[in-house]
Amino acid sequence: MQIIISNSSKEPIYEQITNQIKSSILTGELQEGSPIPSMRKLAKDLQISVITTKRAYEELEKAGFIYSIVGKGSFVAEQNLDLIKEKKLKVIEEQLSAVITNSREIGLSLDELQQIMRILYEE
Amino acid sequence: MDNVVELNNVTKQFKDFSVTDLNLQVKRGFVHGFIGANGAGKSTTIKMMMNLLKPDAGDVKVFGLDYKSHEKEIKERIGFVYDGNVFFEGMNLKDIKRIVAPAYKHWDDDVFKKYIDQFELPLNKSIKRFSKGMQMKASLAIALSHHAELIIMDEPTAGLDPIFRRELLELLQEIMIDGNRTIFFSTHITTDLDRIADYIAFINKGQLIFNKTIHEVSESYAIVKGRKELLDRDTEKAFVNIHQSSVGFEALTDDLAGAENTFGDSAVIERATLEDIMYYMKGGMQHV
Repeated sequence: MQIIISNSSKEPIYEQITNQIKSSILTGELQEGSPIPSMRKLAKDLQISVITTKRAYEELEKAGFIYSIVGKGSFVAEQNLDLIKEKKLKVIEEQLSAVITNSREIGLSLDELQQIMRILYEE
Repeated sequence: MDNVVELNNVTKQFKDFSVTDLNLQVKRGFVHGFIGANGAGKSTTIKMMMNLLKPDAGDVKVFGLDYKSHEKEIKERIGFVYDGNVFFEGMNLKDIKRIVAPAYKHWDDDVFKKYIDQFELPLNKSIKRFSKGMQMKASLAIALSHHAELIIMDEPTAGLDPIFRRELLELLQEIMIDGNRTIFFSTHITTDLDRIADYIAFINKGQLIFNKTIHEVSESYAIVKGRKELLDRDTEKAFVNIHQSSVGFEALTDDLAGAENTFGDSAVIERATLEDIMYYMKGGMQHV
């Protein structure tokens, strides 16, 4: 598991951690049931405070991504990946619809829109 | 038991300075930073935690115990790392160990050796020829060798170079991994705390201004900058202190959400560093 923290980002550090662990789980890099480092170990490795990793883990637990067993550590929880992906897909469709509406308003063609999309995607 | 240290309504009066009605809790398993300007009362507070000074009023509990009846037991479990040289100057580490080790029930020679090796400290060189960083390491090695649960450090990073300061912070994080140790350290080099502290206690002119987690601090305090027209009797209420100049104003708020509500996009709102907070509070808590 790799986590890269930016100190100059506006996003709070605990959120950077939760988002990166979530995406590792969703992309399958972290498998169901596999252990993740203790919050104290992670704090040391990232050179940040324990209370920050504690908060990140608490949020991940609340959202059902990980679970903790006292004395044993934290593990990746069983995920209904299909369901999560389906939800995400729905959000993406909604956002794209908004983009299309906006594009039509200023007469942007599908080709032009795809071009913008390609540039942004590959950034 | 959750609180390692508890100060309840502690007051200590000196001729020209006093610490008044201090309430402070230090939680087990965390790094607790203690900030304040020079002369704000940091050392006085630490001395009362260590029973080197007795409060005029209020009580001090460490590990839930009272100094009156459990002084020896408490001291066994505390490692005190001072600012500067506390050892007898002409002695070397070997001599010091011979004197200090028998004083502690839980002295562990193997741990001592381990840290002496890790810190690359010479056993036979006299302490007065140690650099400031080495003295600091020696003092820490001794604290760790009697398995102290609470490590109290008074200005441990003052006078150390940046590289050594980072190494020290890394070491402190390492000893925090097992979760049973607590570190309480005073400093005015606030960037050290931005990195590793879990809780921040801020003292100003002998009074505790706050004792919060770093998240609570960054979610309540912020710096607001904007045009002077934005200031009036109502909007000024959001601020702890305001600095005005010919080109605009800069102010500290302790109510970030409120300030965002009031000013929205009309002012620049930035995260306040611990240093910002100390600087703006210098004149005391004042709602202009």
